[in-house]
Amino acid sequence: MRQDRIDFVHNSERALADPTLHSSVRRAMVRFRELQRPVIGEIEEWQALREYAHRVKLHTLSHLDQYLEQLERQIVAAGGQVHWVRDGAQAGRVIADLARSRDDRTVVKSKSMTSEEIELNQVLEAAGCEVVETDLGEYLLQLAGDRPAHIIAPAVHKSKDAIAKLLAEKLGVPVYDDAERLTRVARDALRRKFLAAGVGITGVNFAVAETGTIVVVENEGNARLTTSLPRVHIALMGIEKVIPRLADLGVFLTLLPRAATGQRMSSYVSLLTGPRRAGERDGPEEFHLVIMDNGRTAIQADPVMRESLACIRCGACLDVCPVFERTVGHAYGSVYSGPIGAVITPLYQGLDVAGELPFASSLCGACGEICPVKIDLPRLLLELRARVVQAGGASWAERLFVRGWVATMARSGRLRLVAPIVRLLHRAVARTGIPLPYPFSRWTQFRELPPPARSSFRERWPFAAVGRRR
Amino acid sequence: MRVALFVTCLVDQLFPAVGEATVSVLRRLGVDVQFPEGQTCCGQVAFNDGFWPEAARLAQKFIKDFDDSDAVVAPSGSCVAMVREFYPVLLRDESALADRVRALGRRTYELSEFLVDVLHREDVGAHFPHRVTYHASCHGLRGLHVTTQPLRLLAAVRGLELRPLPGVEECCGFGGMFSVKFAALSGSMLDAKIGAIESTGAEVVTATDSSCLMHIAGGLSRRNSPVRAMHLAEILAAQ
Ligand code: SF4
Repeated sequence: MRQDRIDFVHNSERALADPTLHSSVRRAMVRFRELQRPVIGEIEEWQALREYAHRVKLHTLSHLDQYLEQLERQIVAAGGQVHWVRDGAQAGRVIADLARSRDDRTVVKSKSMTSEEIELNQVLEAAGCEVVETDLGEYLLQLAGDRPAHIIAPAVHKSKDAIAKLLAEKLGVPVYDDAERLTRVARDALRRKFLAAGVGITGVNFAVAETGTIVVVENEGNARLTTSLPRVHIALMGIEKVIPRLADLGVFLTLLPRAATGQRMSSYVSLLTGPRRAGERDGPEEFHLVIMDNGRTAIQADPVMRESLACIRCGACLDVCPVFERTVGHAYGSVYSGPIGAVITPLYQGLDVAGELPFASSLCGACGEICPVKIDLPRLLLELRARVVQAGGASWAERLFVRGWVATMARSGRLRLVAPIVRLLHRAVARTGIPLPYPFSRWTQFRELPPPARSSFRERWPFAAVGRRR
Repeated sequence: MRVALFVTCLVDQLFPAVGEATVSVLRRLGVDVQFPEGQTCCGQVAFNDGFWPEAARLAQKFIKDFDDSDAVVAPSGSCVAMVREFYPVLLRDESALADRVRALGRRTYELSEFLVDVLHREDVGAHFPHRVTYHASCHGLRGLHVTTQPLRLLAAVRGLELRPLPGVEECCGFGGMFSVKFAALSGSMLDAKIGAIESTGAEVVTATDSSCLMHIAGGLSRRNSPVRAMHLAEILAAQ
């Protein structure tokens, strides 16, 4: 896992320096927003559903042990096996052992952020398996040796030209320029892998405790093939993915696709309960569910931050974020990017590593407004900022500025004394252009300072205003 | 009706004309405007930057300063959002204050919200013969749900031609310390906002928050743009 401090200022400036990156990512994000708006707008009870989903998630999170054990019982009863793992390393070992024990070491994988989180591909490859990502975007990234830039659109930062060149180089096909042709090339390559694979690995969108059913939502059909063609299916989930009842699934399946891709329903929703049973024609011979903690119980135990575990990884908060659209996922130094990444990466990796992320937001609130499970993202960012400052994470200049500000504002008498002095300085700056101290120096890189006022409002009161205008 | 004006620190020190305009609009509608002179700053700057104990000091002061007012009106959505939405968060450990904090939040209004929702006035007798575009400040819009109120007020201004702003709900990139800590990002957001403003052909851009307008105005003047930034109160005060 990464230990270096995540330098978001630097990363974002590097992203901004790429002239095409912002415009092409923005185009994709605006497209998402335009698709989301009508299908969210048509659900009259959208706010009530968000609220309901939020409550279901928070209820589950405060009874996690109970629901996870119920899930285990149901899965075992359905003929599956459950593996509890503490962290990514242990998950990697368990999955690698399961995969290695087969003669056929080709592993096909459908898209799973949890597996990205623990860099599962590297672990499996080190164990001698051939791993193939089968989601188109993930497949392209795997060929390019790249990491996902967006929770649900992992290759959003890759242009069509770059994809054409990549496929030509890696698969020895001509450089095609139409998207359909390119997709077909990738699909042909993937079909062969599906037929050869002995193990299929998926993530889990929801795991229903009541029935032991895991739910996988996707649009390409690759997850369905991953769970039905190979002899073994391994599903990897974080502990927060469990929901109590099948009846609640309908609410989540209303919220998720609308927020994620602006679809009323995803193209493929697979509900899987254990392996193939006697008399059934498809499905794997073995089903394994790997239930992973990897830092989640610590968040669960934190009453303020717990709601971040309600996230259903729809990616909508990224789509509406003006900062994400300009920096793209990699700048966040973790597989989880955008507003939710800025909340959970500091929780997983520590404030000393990722303490800058919660500050990388203008607090415009667009994320909190769109989130389908009503996670109050702006407030969580603020809460984390307070923790960073409390832990001594603010620079001395910043501390000086804020403490000076607050000391001045603490008494109106002080403000009356200090303000004329500041105004004098302000006028001198406006006239002579003398260099400014932090934070004003950074302000003037991109905008002018406002002109100095002749006097303050409080000095003009009570004679001000009646009939007077500028 | 009596209201206490919370002029906000920014307007007090940098844009006193916005405060005067606010008073003049309210007085025109027959409101008795008081100015509690002990007031300073709601603490938003410190709170947003993570300095919560410091912000709490200013919040406590604000509560004292405005404790015996019937209604508080401020020409700033973000300061009102601070009081209404974030004081309860900031002061959650001060259980003795909880009721006062909530009550204060309920009777503190952003100007356009007060005019339209409380006074039920849309036509405030203003005359402003210019092309105007309106930017929806984030905290007013998403924190307070100030959506149509400013537009309804503007629609009733005589002579005013309203030009819709593309991406009206997109942030201008200010965000307090965000604008200096992540200056390049903030500057890129500002660029987009200014491009949108200029595309409307408006002479004036307006909003309900002087902080966003200060940011936008700073960008406009850096680009030598002829567009002027004016607070909604200043347009409503014009006759
Ligand atoms: S935080 Fe909310 S909007 Fe963001 S990915 Fe998670 S569920 Fe979606």
